[in-house]
Parts: sequence; C-alpha cells; structure tokens
Amino acid sequence: MSKVLLILGAKSDIGLAIAHEFSAQGFNLILAARDAVSLNVNKSDLEVRYRNTVDIVDFDVLDYTSHRPFYEALPCRPDVVASVIGYLGEQDKAQSDFEHAHKIIDTNYTGPVSILSCIAEDMAVRKSGALIAVSSVAGDRGRPSNYCYGSAKGGLSLFLEGLAARMSKFGVKVLDVKPGFVATRMTAEMDLPQALVVGPEVIAVDVYKAFFKGKNVVYSPWFWTYIMLIIRNIPKVIFNRLSL
Amino acid sequence: MVRSTDSFIPAGQGRAYGDSALNEKCILSTTSLNRMIMFDDVTGVLRCEAGVTIDEVLGVFVPRGWFIAVTPGTRFVSLGGAVASDVHGKNHHKVGSFSSCVIEFELLLATGELIRCSRKENAELFTATFGAMGLTGIVTTVVMRLEKVETAYIRQKTIKAENLAEVMQAFEATSDWTYSVAWIDCVAKGDEVGRSVLTIGEHAGINEVPQSVNAKPLSLKKKIKLNVPFHFPSFLLNSFTVKLFNKLYYWKSNQGDALVPYDSFFYPLDSILNWNRIYGKRGFTQYQCVIPMQNSEAALKELLQKIADSGLASFLAVLKLFGKQEGLLSFPTEGYTLALDFPMSSASLLLLDELDKIVKKYEGRLYLTKDVRMSADFFRSSYDADSIARFNTLRLNFDPEKKINSLQSQRLGI
Repeated sequence: MSKVLLILGAKSDIGLAIAHEFSAQGFNLILAARDAVSLNVNKSDLEVRYRNTVDIVDFDVLDYTSHRPFYEALPCRPDVVASVIGYLGEQDKAQSDFEHAHKIIDTNYTGPVSILSCIAEDMAVRKSGALIAVSSVAGDRGRPSNYCYGSAKGGLSLFLEGLAARMSKFGVKVLDVKPGFVATRMTAEMDLPQALVVGPEVIAVDVYKAFFKGKNVVYSPWFWTYIMLIIRNIPKVIFNRLSL
Repeated sequence: MVRSTDSFIPAGQGRAYGDSALNEKCILSTTSLNRMIMFDDVTGVLRCEAGVTIDEVLGVFVPRGWFIAVTPGTRFVSLGGAVASDVHGKNHHKVGSFSSCVIEFELLLATGELIRCSRKENAELFTATFGAMGLTGIVTTVVMRLEKVETAYIRQKTIKAENLAEVMQAFEATSDWTYSVAWIDCVAKGDEVGRSVLTIGEHAGINEVPQSVNAKPLSLKKKIKLNVPFHFPSFLLNSFTVKLFNKLYYWKSNQGDALVPYDSFFYPLDSILNWNRIYGKRGFTQYQCVIPMQNSEAALKELLQKIADSGLASFLAVLKLFGKQEGLLSFPTEGYTLALDFPMSSASLLLLDELDKIVKKYEGRLYLTKDVRMSADFFRSSYDADSIARFNTLRLNFDPEKKINSLQSQRLGI
C-alpha cells in the first residue's frame, strides 16, 4: 500500500513542490490549508500526473483548539507529515506593532508546535511515522532585518531538535528543513542575491532525500550549511556592524 | 489583470523567435497556469491549463504509452503557445497542424470574459485563434487528443539526396511515412543546390524493437544534457566553418535504417541547452517560408542559390513538405517550407529583403512565429486577403480597440 503524506500549509509554493516530489515517489497525499477548496485544481493536477490519491482538508494553524479534532477527522492516519507553514511579515512593523509580531510568532512557532505535538503523540503510540517541518536559515542567528521571523523559526528549530531526541526511542523520525533563499510568493518582493536563489522544487528534492536518509536537520540547498556556519561564527563586534 | 490594462499580449514560454509575444505595456504570462486537469486513458483526451509545456506532457504520458499527436521541433513550448502559433511537426503532410489534435480550448477575451471554443461552440473564434499569435485572447485551458504509441522509439530511415530535384522526389516517394524532414545544405551551389539528408520515421511497434528495449519499451535512458555556457565570439561562425560543417554533416550521415529514441528524433537541439549562444551576443533570426506546391521547385532553387551566393547561411536549415491546411492566419499551406537561421547582421537583414521578393514572386508566405522584420505590405500581399478580412471582422467584434496587440501586430498592421 502507498504511504500517505499530510502537508500542512499545502498552498505554499514549497508545499506544492513537496506534493509533486512525494507523489513522484509514490505517496498518496492529504493537502491541508485554509480555504482548501481552492486546492481542487492542484488535486486534479497531481492525480493526473502521478495517478495517486489526493485528499484536501481545511486547516487553520492559528485555530489551536481545532487541531486535535482536525487530526482525528483525517481520512486516514498519515505516515509522514510535512509542515510548510510560514509567515514572513514585516520586521519594521513588528517592532512597533505587537499584534503583527504576535501573528508572526504564532504562525511560525505556536501553531506548528500545537499541531505537531498532537501528531507526535499519535505517532509515539503507533511507534511509526515521520515529521518534517520547514524552518529557515533565518533561525540560525538574529539579524536586524528579520529577527522577529527569525526568532520564531529558530524557536521551531529548537523545538524540533528536542522532539527528534524524544521521538527517537519510538522510531519516529523528525526532520528540520532549513531553506535559504527560495523563489516563492513569500519572497517575490524581496531583493535577493539571484545567484543564491533556487526554485521550490530544489527544496522539495532535498526534503525527500533527507527524509529518505532519516536525517534530523537539512540545509537546502546544501551550500547554506557552509554559509550559515560562517554567519553563526562571525564575532559579535563585527556582526553588529554588518547590515545583514 | 486583463480588465485593468488597456494594452497587452499573452505569452507562454517565450520561445517564439520574433516579436509576436512582446508589448511595450503589458505581457501576460501563462507560466503559472501549469496544471493538468483530466486525462481519459481510454480515449487519450487530456485537459490541462495552457501553460503546461509539451515537455511536461511527454514526461507524464510517454511512459504510459501516449504521445503528443503534433509536435514542433522543441518540447519547451506551452500548449497555449502551440495553439497561438498553430505549430506544425514532421507529420504535417499526414495530419496537419497542431489544431488537428485540439478538441476545445478556453479563451479569455480582451473584455475579461472567459469563453469555450470548439468546432461546435464559437467555431469561428476557434478557427481564428490558431495561428493568430495570441491576438484573439489568452488561451487558458486546452483539451487535446494524445496518440497511442507502443514504444518510445522511432524507426528511422535516412536518405541522401544530391540536389533539390532528388530531395523533392524523395519527399513525394515517401509521403506515406508519418514523419519526414530534410536537413538542407544551403551552402551548396550549382548542380549541388538543394543537397540534403532526408529523415523519415514511424513510431516503432513493440515487435520492432530489440530485446534490450522490449522489457521497458516506453522508457528512455537519461541523457546527459550539453550546455553552451557562454556566447561564442561571432568570428567562429563564418562562411568557412559553416561550409565545413555542412560538408561533414552530409558525408557523415549514414543512409539506411535506425532505431532512435523519440527525443533525438524530434528534439535534437533540446539536448543542447542554450544552443542559441553559438551565434554570439547579437543572436540570430530565423526565416521560414512556405511556397505553394506548383511553384515550390522554382522558388526553392532561386532562394537557395541566393542564400548560397550571399555566404551568410548557417547550418540549421530545414526543408519539409506540408499537406493541406485550413485556418485564417495559420501558416502552413500545401507545398514546401524552408526554415533557416541567419546570424543577426545588417547584411543578413538585406538578404532577407531579397528573399522576401522571391517568396512574394512565387506566392509564398512567412511564418509569424519566426518573423521579426517582415513589412506590413508583404504580410498583406502574401496571406490570403479574404482570411485577413475575416480575421479583422471577427477581432472587431471581440476587441474593437485592439487592446490585445503585439509589436508584431503593430508592425504588420493586424
């Protein structure tokens, strides 16, 4: 029987790219997002291309009380769950408007913690499954340009690290995906160094490979491992003078 | 988007050679309309959004035993673009242009209204849209018929022809073959004018492939893609190197039968990414004309002689026999079509004006998809006057202000 992947935040460009990659690898899918009905065209696209089964379900990451009923009402228990939920927001606005900062933190951290915890408990009981969550290289060091978003993603990474350690005794794998610059709707307005930008399909391939190998953390594309190694090790005196 | 602008042109993958998908104000790309909607594996009918490329269709359906019924020489075009250009393939003499495999499409008009067009519904607009270079609206969805194949291979036969008369004879003698195309040496002069290598082919049946292929007849080995990493300096491409290449190509071609993967038969250039860079930074232009059957031989002789004398020809020259064709602005018409590349230069542009005169004299016409320089006069005198009039009347109904227009349509006065 084909395995089932649940994608949380399936409307995002990386979410859809992951949907294609895992379908190509033989997975059936459950696509979860707000206003999921608009994913119908993606459902038919995936089913025509890969001849798999794709279900779509409504999901709101900020509606915490709905998370357990949502998970229990799924058409089946997924073998793998990928959370591709993210909200960049605006750093400037977050500095003066706590409501905005709150939304960034909740979407990138609190919400994923809530839903992933529900699912992790079930997988621990079943003693099988895998959890994948997309964080960000922005979570590796607080930078003036996006530390609100970065701190939420960094928090998620620490959460995933701890979860991975706890779940290992149940045979449940936890993978933290840290993408660099990706050409998506989220970054469409940003002025990024084009040589470092990749398409979402590149991230999706890396996600599948890292999942397949049972890794806990993956930087995507690979060169971000080294870029972030350098950035993490820049002494504070110098770091504070850089406009990163 | 369509409602908010007063001038635009739709665009697909940007693979047309000229200015048919350019507009100073607004170019509406269909690249995000890239989803497949439905496939019937009994009838082979595929419905998908118009930004889906031929490459994607082949990637999904060849392994299931289906092939695209009409394909141009590159797989990197969108289906909407294939409709707008009404592309033709090596099987035009047998099945006609891309329109022959399209059952229905949805068209977003200049008014923002979305309508369905088929041979029964909005039939006039259906016909007019093929070859109209996007001027009737944005094709958003295409319903097309795929063709059943048993293998991913082509049974190919190669025939060498010493001159034009020989290659034309060979075309006619092999007209019952599904696919045919000739590479033509446009450097050859005198008695050798029209020296060619004709390639004909059929989809190979399951019993026509060797055992090694038989086990997995519908899958091809992954090939390494070559890339031209930078623009070649333009002096590399001169009359001497072109002559040398053409001589070698002719002598190196083996006559006889072969079994080849479909991609190297249909899309030889697609395996070399950025091949256009061999023309250097200034690039190149393509010239493709079709000459009605009865005038073909005389016209081709004159054209090829002129090209050979100019010393400007390149090594990518192709000759092909078209069959009958209907449509308004659709390019093909029964006769021979000649397509060639010229490195962009003022001398090339002057030569093309000369070639126009010959094409005009023999009542031929040029392919809008390849055109970037033809004059409005030449367009009006070479395309069928009645068809142009019908097209204009129809367009007036749906887009009286000519909101949809391109640099090409402005230049040609369409």
